Amino acid sequence: MSYIWLFFLFASLVCGLLTDQVSGLSGAAMQGAQQGVELCLSLCGALCLWSGAARVMKKSGLTQKLSRVLSPFLSRIFPETCRDAEARGYLCANITANLLGLGSAATPMGVSCVRRMQTLSQTPARAGNEMCRLIVMNTASVQLLPTTVAALRASLGAGSPFEILPAVWVSSVCSVSVGLLAAMALEDAA
Amino acid sequence: MTELLVPLLLTFISLYALIRKQDVYTLLLTGAREGLSTLLSIAPSLIMLLTGISMLRSSGFFTWMAQALAPVFRFLGMPPELAPLMLVRPVSGSAALAVGAELMRTYGVDSLIGKTAAVMLGSTETTFYTLSVYFGSAGIRATRHTVLAALLADFTGFFMACLTARLFLT
Repeated sequence: MSYIWLFFLFASLVCGLLTDQVSGLSGAAMQGAQQGVELCLSLCGALCLWSGAARVMKKSGLTQKLSRVLSPFLSRIFPETCRDAEARGYLCANITANLLGLGSAATPMGVSCVRRMQTLSQTPARAGNEMCRLIVMNTASVQLLPTTVAALRASLGAGSPFEILPAVWVSSVCSVSVGLLAAMALEDAA
Repeated sequence: MTELLVPLLLTFISLYALIRKQDVYTLLLTGAREGLSTLLSIAPSLIMLLTGISMLRSSGFFTWMAQALAPVFRFLGMPPELAPLMLVRPVSGSAALAVGAELMRTYGVDSLIGKTAAVMLGSTETTFYTLSVYFGSAGIRATRHTVLAALLADFTGFFMACLTARLFLT
């Protein structure tokens, strides 16, 4: 991140000098910082609301139920992992949290699943086929409710913040499918 | 239909929990506190990144880069204005959120570019961050084909975001 930050500063200085717009830079820096605070404040409400809802779902067993619905689909993509009860539990929890847009809950579950896959594998320093599939799935988002983006849209005064849902679903399904297909196709090559 | 989704979902979740004899309101509050701590953990980086992005924008960097990449994007039917978002998305989630907010503010949240930016944010992930967390925490050195497959998925997401935004949201 330090390199990215320095790149930002250098690039804006160089570009500013080239385009003769350096005079605006200091004002832009202060304005940007202020916008950061405004963005945080406007995100705050929705973030709290959805974290609350997610907590209720988890405690009432709704999250668990959702993961049971998913298991036939999962056993097709991750046949070896699903044979082990512990790994399957982590896997279901990871996918469910991803679907609900709970990145902070999904990551620990996904990492636990990868660790469990490692103990089951003979070559722990090398990523197995199903491990690659799981990680690719996690790098391509599979969210049912993209709450952060909807909160952002709402804070900027969008007519209906959630109208992007169908487009998000279609795009997500396509990107996850391409990722998984690519992972499967490349398995023998790499 | 989508306007009813949120109230119905909230009602259903709360009702289900109440039937299962859970203390719905206390749970909501606990979750909201977690939401606050999430926000607190991303707030510093959001502020710093928006400062950097605001400087980059006023220096003309994004206009210049969008111009340089415009032919490629136009060929694929993607608006060149979204180039900065696509470049930053796989690297940093909070930076992508900041760039997206900036795009929505500049072009209008209900404009095609604003909506496409929202779909892109909603349908992709911070690929390199996720990769480093997973491989780092498990100590895996041979990542094999994962990076390539993940980037292909990202690109598909971006491309489909442009396509679906134009088909569904205009």
